[in-house]
Amino acid sequence: MGLFDKLHKINDKYKGTKLAPLFNGFHTFLFTPNEVTHGGTHVKAADDLKRTMNTVIMSLVPCLIFGMFNAGYQHYLALGDIEAVEGFFSAAFWSWDNLVMGIIKVLPLVIVSYVVGLAIEFLFAVIKGHEIEEGYLVTGMLVPLIVPVDLPLWMLAVAVAFGVVIGKEVFGGTGMNILNPALTIRAFLFFAYPTWMSGDKVWVHGAVENAQQMAAGKNVDAISGETILGSLAQGHEVHYSVADMFFGFIPGSIGETSTLLIALAALFLIFSKIGSWRIMFSAVVGALVMGLIFNSVVDAGWITEGSKFYTLMSTEFWHHLLIGGFAFGVVFMATDPVTASQTNKGKWIYGFLIGFISILIRVFNPAYPEGVMLAILLMNVFAPTIDHYVVQGNVKKRMKRLKAKTA
Amino acid sequence: MGLLSRKDAKLISDPLADNNPITIQVLGICSALAITAELKASIVMAVSVLFVMGVGNVVISLIRNIIPSKIRIIVQLTVVAALVIIVDQVLKAFAYELSKTLSVFVGLIITNCIIMGRFEAFALGNGLWRSFLDGIGNALGYGVILIIVGFFRELLGAGTLLGYKVLGDPIEKTGVYAFGYENNGFMLLAPMALIVVGIIIWVQRSRNKALIEDE
Repeated sequence: MGLFDKLHKINDKYKGTKLAPLFNGFHTFLFTPNEVTHGGTHVKAADDLKRTMNTVIMSLVPCLIFGMFNAGYQHYLALGDIEAVEGFFSAAFWSWDNLVMGIIKVLPLVIVSYVVGLAIEFLFAVIKGHEIEEGYLVTGMLVPLIVPVDLPLWMLAVAVAFGVVIGKEVFGGTGMNILNPALTIRAFLFFAYPTWMSGDKVWVHGAVENAQQMAAGKNVDAISGETILGSLAQGHEVHYSVADMFFGFIPGSIGETSTLLIALAALFLIFSKIGSWRIMFSAVVGALVMGLIFNSVVDAGWITEGSKFYTLMSTEFWHHLLIGGFAFGVVFMATDPVTASQTNKGKWIYGFLIGFISILIRVFNPAYPEGVMLAILLMNVFAPTIDHYVVQGNVKKRMKRLKAKTA
Repeated sequence: MGLLSRKDAKLISDPLADNNPITIQVLGICSALAITAELKASIVMAVSVLFVMGVGNVVISLIRNIIPSKIRIIVQLTVVAALVIIVDQVLKAFAYELSKTLSVFVGLIITNCIIMGRFEAFALGNGLWRSFLDGIGNALGYGVILIIVGFFRELLGAGTLLGYKVLGDPIEKTGVYAFGYENNGFMLLAPMALIVVGIIIWVQRSRNKALIEDE
């Protein structure tokens, strides 16, 4: 019996025991389940939850790899070791040094996120005696991509434990959660450890350490790594070009910077019919509308340069799509099929409001520069309400038609 | 059965666990969220409510036969208000600093649903001694949860207990802070109190399956 068969048979050995879900989970991960449905219904589609999740993970990989290079690039750039790059394919960005630095910083975050999250999933599966739910596969990849590079690992572990238990398991596990687990984790980090989740130090590796050394009186150059949103909220000058923002050569959470790669991932998700184009499209429209409103308020002269909202309000409306985590949030978080609206009409409303509110929070609450996180969580809560009214509206319309026919 | 008969003892023990006013009846949540960021405030609140409920239940029980039922809510409110003012004045006299932060919430004891609930449900129909026990029991049940929540929120949120730095000094990096530990700012926000109460409810119900409602 070869290794392959041994792997295949291993879950038979544990059938009926307490740990069966554990082995079944691994088994279906590696092999297509050979069980067929009993009774009349037969599901023909090949994509079960695991394949769906894997598609999303595949679309996240470019962002992850780019994030690794960018982590190293921002670090060495801040130290002054390398010059700022111009085009997307410049060798100074895709260098070995950058990648090694990025791997050292990013890989532990990925590992901690998966180990802690999956351990909790397995624990709950064994205690509750059901099969392992795959819900964490995507969340585990999303989480390291939406945190700053210098986040201490234990904080991530605490946040993941909190997010998975309180955000998901208490509601009944994957598919029952009201809030997006990855964003719950980020929101927890944001409110619990604000000094590690915002400000001008955490986004570039080394800046925090550097600041501590300076405080201790050592003679080192200050490193600052403000995100664009952070600088705008402070009213600082932004020295990144539009190309930088689009390609992603800017400080920010690990995976969120490259709008180009996120856009490609969005296309991939839309063509594989995993992500909803309605939500993505309407969210972009919502953001543009809000951005235009702010721009025209500035043009009308209602807000003058003295106002603390001026810099963010006068930002070109379409720049909002490129900076911060907006693109990442809309493509990967808002489209989460569990927490989004289910009806097509509901998806339009849901997406539009996410875009609209994101920019609103960005501009009016500089303390929370990342409006998209809060906007998506807020709309997650409202998604069932939106669906309810869409369905009720449809019922009413049909009732009217029925009456007209029978009358 | 010494001091209390079994039936009377149940009046105290029930609200402490299986019929806890906060975790089972879900009453008095607002104050449990508002003042539990510090253990000290939780304790003061628990003691204040203990006083108001013990005395209040006795007073209501004493006059229960002469209260016209149409205006009984107003009478109850008057009794609570009088007791709350006493608590407030005592705090102002002996713990002025604390009373400055707590005064608003002490005033709100009047609207604490547990108190009105016990007046209505128990003191109006029971004798003096049993009403007193019921008041004490429910106030203790309320206080226990308040103190548990306050304990975890202050310990994890500020690293202190009753103002003493038990986890070390976050600024000079002593104690656990030397290892990179940091206070959890979320613990000091009201939503976390709700989550802590939720976790207590979860633990309690998973230990006692009889408390789980049917679907």
